[in-house]
Amino acid sequence: MKAKHRFIIAVLVLGLLMTGPFVVTSLLVWLDMKDAERQMLTELLLSRLPVGTMMTLFGFVIGVLVLHKLFKQYVEGLLRMAETLRLMLGANRNFRVSIEGPPEVQQLAQAANDLAQQRDALMDDVDAQIATAKASVEEEKNRLAALMSELAQAVVVCNLDGRILLYNNRARLQFKALAQGPTSVSGGALIGLGRSIFSILEKNQVEHAREVIVQRLAAGKMAFSNFITTTRGGQLLRVQMVPVMASSGEGAERKMSGYVLTVENITRSIEEEEKRDQALHTLTQGSRSAIGNIRAAVANLLDYPDMEPELRERFLHVIDDEVAKRSQSIEQTMSQFSDSLKTRWPLEDILGVDIIAAAERRINDKLGLATKTEEVDHGLWIKADSFSLVFALVCLASKLQDHYEPRELRFRLSANGKLAYLDLIWAGPAMSSETFYTWEMESMQVGAETTPLTLRDVIDRHGGEIWYEREKAAHRAFFRFVLPVAIPEAEQVVEERHVTGRPEYYDFDLFRFEDKSIDLDRKLSELTYTVFDTETTGLEPSKGDEIIQIGAARIVNGRLLRQETFDQIVDPEIPLKPESIPIHGITEDMVRGQPNIDVVLPAFHEFCEDTVLIAHNAAFDMRFLQLKEDRTGIRFTQPVLDTLLLSAVAHPNQESHKLDVILERLGITIGSRHNALEDALATGEVFLKLVKLLEEKGIVTVRQAIEASEKTYFARVKY
Amino acid sequence: MSKKILIVDDEPNIVISLEFLMKKEGFAVAVATDGEEALAKVASFEPDLVLLDVMMPKKSGFEVCEILRADPARTGMQIVMLTAKGRETEVAKGLAIGADAYVTKPFSTKDLVARVKSMLGLG
Repeated sequence: MKAKHRFIIAVLVLGLLMTGPFVVTSLLVWLDMKDAERQMLTELLLSRLPVGTMMTLFGFVIGVLVLHKLFKQYVEGLLRMAETLRLMLGANRNFRVSIEGPPEVQQLAQAANDLAQQRDALMDDVDAQIATAKASVEEEKNRLAALMSELAQAVVVCNLDGRILLYNNRARLQFKALAQGPTSVSGGALIGLGRSIFSILEKNQVEHAREVIVQRLAAGKMAFSNFITTTRGGQLLRVQMVPVMASSGEGAERKMSGYVLTVENITRSIEEEEKRDQALHTLTQGSRSAIGNIRAAVANLLDYPDMEPELRERFLHVIDDEVAKRSQSIEQTMSQFSDSLKTRWPLEDILGVDIIAAAERRINDKLGLATKTEEVDHGLWIKADSFSLVFALVCLASKLQDHYEPRELRFRLSANGKLAYLDLIWAGPAMSSETFYTWEMESMQVGAETTPLTLRDVIDRHGGEIWYEREKAAHRAFFRFVLPVAIPEAEQVVEERHVTGRPEYYDFDLFRFEDKSIDLDRKLSELTYTVFDTETTGLEPSKGDEIIQIGAARIVNGRLLRQETFDQIVDPEIPLKPESIPIHGITEDMVRGQPNIDVVLPAFHEFCEDTVLIAHNAAFDMRFLQLKEDRTGIRFTQPVLDTLLLSAVAHPNQESHKLDVILERLGITIGSRHNALEDALATGEVFLKLVKLLEEKGIVTVRQAIEASEKTYFARVKY
Repeated sequence: MSKKILIVDDEPNIVISLEFLMKKEGFAVAVATDGEEALAKVASFEPDLVLLDVMMPKKSGFEVCEILRADPARTGMQIVMLTAKGRETEVAKGLAIGADAYVTKPFSTKDLVARVKSMLGLG
């Protein structure tokens, strides 16, 4: 029953209560009376009726007013409070009941507010805990990613479909180095989040390895699998696969949800092994027949001393001939295979300055001896076992300190062809060669640290040499370590580690990554995109202007992958327009010698495979690409989104949709503009912001975005 | 009548020694310097024993040995493989395809002579 109705009933009841007892009493008295008495009473009452009615009415009105007041305060007040409480429960957590009305209602309101306060505190606490948990998960993910990127092994993690969820820098460099033909321009485009591993490794082999693991898992054995595969370029890769198990509840059977591949390029080591084999072979098998020949000849000479001089001469000639050939062959083998015959102690490529820095630190700490560096070649890499080498340096320093008490030690590093000279210099009296010889042969010791290795062992391990030399003029002497110079293949790693921001080599959400082939009715936020931009010689593709740079990046799972980029300058094979050079900053020198569009376009096409294209003012860039279709046979058939049009859809009342203006409007700051890659990255950022704005307008799918774009004014501009 | 030995080797430096040695021991000796010549000489010279080198141009010693062993008329002919290949796998192969003995270089001439004599039933 509605409150209003109840109020009316209450008023009626009040009326009845006020008049009822009087009317009933009057009726009972009336029935009991004689006629004369009734007559008298009627007269008496009628004359005073107005006063009585007035009094009754007055009382009734006061009663209704009181009732109304009570109704307002207790019924309607509580109803209002109930609404407020609902609001607090749902839409607005921070809303509070206003404290008003009679004391009882106020107390109730206060109690409700206190409850709400308590609830908020609890919820805040829960939120904070969730945030902390999330942050720690995020941190762990980042730590894992950072760890992976530092690993010297190439590691790739895939889901069961063979989609790449994670890879480290090493893997990127390795596959980049492997990329052959057109893909080499794209800078290792083959590897990328969400891309298929099967474009790099033979699918059958990967699948077979996976089956082996499944079988081993079922048999309760250690689950891993190895295989060796060749790449398109003929390189040999050793791949080890271990499963990633889905973390399901306890007791339940754990299922494989993906796998980790460690990939090692063994081409070089196999080649070296083959060389070593070959050397061994020439030294043994090759010797067999020669020595056989000599031995038989010698035996004949010895056994038949009375043979004719002519025959004797011939046997001697055989011996002479074979010995000469053998000497030559040993000589050849040694020079040819010297690298592969070297000691097999694993040496790493390390910067010479790093060795010196480590040695200096330890000499300062352990021996309290000052050190300095003289001329040091900062770019010199050496092949070394850094631990034993540093130990040897510190050990020598300690011996020098004991015997000659030098005030300080100095280091010097220089290159001499394939050899590096690492000098440990001190000022002091001459030392005898016998002393140094003993030092060389003693087990090394620094304070309490000892090793069974001698200085000589360390030197041999490096295939190096060491000697003692005096600089008479300067009254000082030095030990010279001669070590092999390394040509580091991984130099790039160091450079690329300085890339800003955290590495984007992983996306664990891709474990749930399903078929991402382009479906126009998929959500904008779910698809994989290639954002790209071109720099051109001019603005008129139909009048012969050409592309001179293509820059592109990928968007996977709503993330702009700054490390999976395509950045290529193209030789336009026509002269650049001088007036355009300040805009794009690309000069004649920069384009000459670069691949032409026939080479770059297929690579770019491969980079874009299975993705939706995005560009700012896409019609312009697409026109350039389309004009090359006949010549290259490359067609870009995927859907294209234009951030200029999408911006016009999101903000129809804004005048300008230039990239700079949009960037400012959306609060995006970027480095330099008018570099194809930078512009592509900026476009990507814009797109990610626009996706959210479009969602608010009910534009969720790619189809809707394309349809809305077509309706904007800007879509009518033609190139 | 003296026993006949065919020496098959492409290296003159060993042929000279073997030829001298076998002649001194009183054998009739013929020489072939490759696999094909060896087969021809076997047909014309009909040796009792062949000293057969493995590594030769045209036909390897293994091939020659297999061809000779495939001929039932020559079951009595002894074949001694002489080789610079000393791996166990190769020794096994030589014996498996029908060589009667397998001698790896370098070898002792005395031992070889003794071996040859005993194989020809002269020892």
